Amino acid sequence: MQKKDYPMNVIELKNIVKTYDMGGVEEVHALRDVSVSIGKNEYVAIMGPSGSGKSTLMNVIGCLDTPTSGLYLFNGVNVSEMDDNELAKIRNKEIGFVFQTFNLLPRSDALHNVELPLIYAGVSASERKIRAQEVLNHVQLGDRIHHKPNELSGGQRQRVAVARALVTRPSIILADEPTGNLDSKTGEEIMILFEELHRQGNTIIVVTHEPDIAEHAIRVIRLRDGLVEQDELVSKRRTYTAALAS
Amino acid sequence: MHFFQELKEGLAISFRALRSNVMRSILTMLGIVIGILSVTLMAMAIEGINRAFDKSAAAFGTEVMYIQKFPWVSNDDWATIRNRRNLEVHYAARIERQATFVDAVAPAVSTVRRLTYGDNSVESAFITGTTHQYIMASGGTLADGRFLSAEESAGGRAVCAIGASVVENLFTHDDPIGKSIRVAGYPYTVIGVFDKQGGLFGQFTTDNRVFIPLESFQTHFGGRRDVTIQVHVTNKNQMEDAKLELEGIMRQIRNLAPGKANDFNVNQQEILTETFGPISATIAVIGLFITGLSLFVGGIGIMNIMFVSVSERTKEIGIRKAIGAKRRTIMMQFLSEASALCLIGGLVGLILAIPLSMIINQFLPTAIPISVVIISIVISLVVGVVSGFLPAYRAAKMDPVEALRYE
Repeated sequence: MQKKDYPMNVIELKNIVKTYDMGGVEEVHALRDVSVSIGKNEYVAIMGPSGSGKSTLMNVIGCLDTPTSGLYLFNGVNVSEMDDNELAKIRNKEIGFVFQTFNLLPRSDALHNVELPLIYAGVSASERKIRAQEVLNHVQLGDRIHHKPNELSGGQRQRVAVARALVTRPSIILADEPTGNLDSKTGEEIMILFEELHRQGNTIIVVTHEPDIAEHAIRVIRLRDGLVEQDELVSKRRTYTAALAS
Repeated sequence: MHFFQELKEGLAISFRALRSNVMRSILTMLGIVIGILSVTLMAMAIEGINRAFDKSAAAFGTEVMYIQKFPWVSNDDWATIRNRRNLEVHYAARIERQATFVDAVAPAVSTVRRLTYGDNSVESAFITGTTHQYIMASGGTLADGRFLSAEESAGGRAVCAIGASVVENLFTHDDPIGKSIRVAGYPYTVIGVFDKQGGLFGQFTTDNRVFIPLESFQTHFGGRRDVTIQVHVTNKNQMEDAKLELEGIMRQIRNLAPGKANDFNVNQQEILTETFGPISATIAVIGLFITGLSLFVGGIGIMNIMFVSVSERTKEIGIRKAIGAKRRTIMMQFLSEASALCLIGGLVGLILAIPLSMIINQFLPTAIPISVVIISIVISLVVGVVSGFLPAYRAAKMDPVEALRYE
């Protein structure tokens, strides 16, 4: 799924600080000083132990949370001081979330779950049904569009979630432990899907604590105690096309 | 998204949510159903009573004045007025000569007697002796036949005009006109029949009355009675002037010194409506307030459930926000859920009001004015929006990160 070409980086984080005030006395420094740039069509894994700030970094990147200080340029636009409505708009159109626990609406079928971002984007009913169907076909679930989440397996649910993330043709796919609730075989299927999406031009950011999963990415950023400890290319990348080829 | 799109999507989500927990939706709605039902029935009853009253008061005629010994409504001590002298028949002639604002004057005396026709009888009918001008100085209208003529009146002929209830009770098959009935045993020929007046003041309407010439009345039933003098005011815009003039003439007739209070009353229909108006308004306010309380309780029930609903769907709200729902979208979603609950409850309440009002109709006149229906629907919506506001606001303000973490 292609988007317009930007000459600049998709994500530019400069000296991002995020501090939480816990009931007045304690302060939690989730991110102390993080500066990261992510370009178009990159495939990045963000790793770190719990408490490292990776969830917070994901929330800042995903515009779910605003930094306490620092600059965040998303496609060149300063989002660090945007208000709630503007952030919602960016989340809707530019960011596709994939969660560990899938986070589908349990009472709605797959088609409705996938068309939800389009509803919030104001797309007409007929057009969004077509697009939702298209993207569900793309993740090999075209024949299950009327199944509710409880009628789908874990892997299928995650694929619906991926379809939902893709339907607005976002600038980035942001996945938080996407295989955390799946068995290893199903997890592999999802990582194959991500690889496919990356090859098609999407920018993929995966947050994980599992090295196996991180090794599917091209670049790894390691966090510790709210700072970037390491930021390098993956030495031995796991891909499936290579495995298939050999 | 534009407002209507937001509304449409909000409603779509609402109906899905309401359907998913039918029992809870029904129980919550019940409060609104009962609230709207009671408010609607109360409004209907009030409207019905007002209408019945207006119709009843019309029986007294809008331009008719009743010169009588006592007032219809009195704030004074009964002791000060119970010793008043009766009015007398000959006042009528003097008033007719001197009054300029009236075009009909009729003295009337009444008693209660038994009527018979064949095997049928009316035990206690009002027998009124009066003159031919009565028909013009009364609120009654004739359905058939005619009233007493001037000659019949002057000559005291044995003719009568009867009211609708008398007809119902005496004449089951026959046409009354031309038949002879017995009034306290005396024979009278029916020459006219009055339209049914009905209403709340049954005793004072023409329905249970028989009108005979004054001369005839005095012959059979004696002349020493209290007289009512009914007059018709020519121009309804001159009611006040007419009243003042009549009072003046009466004071003369009764030889009242200036400064002394009237020892008679000029009564008119307006007195009834003036007295009834504030009473009716007070009943309406109290009645609607009390039934409004039940609606208030229903609204609280809605608010309560909406808070629960918001809390239950915290994660869902987080997901929607993550996907791009704006605060006002979330707000609209829950507001429309509360409004839908109230609107459906209100409609059910209205629908139930129809058969129930028919039951009440057996005891009280009820009417179903369109204004009540529209107002009930509007009130349902308002209750929905007001009750749903706080919960919806809380949902809209949720932090998506925390909401997503909620289990």
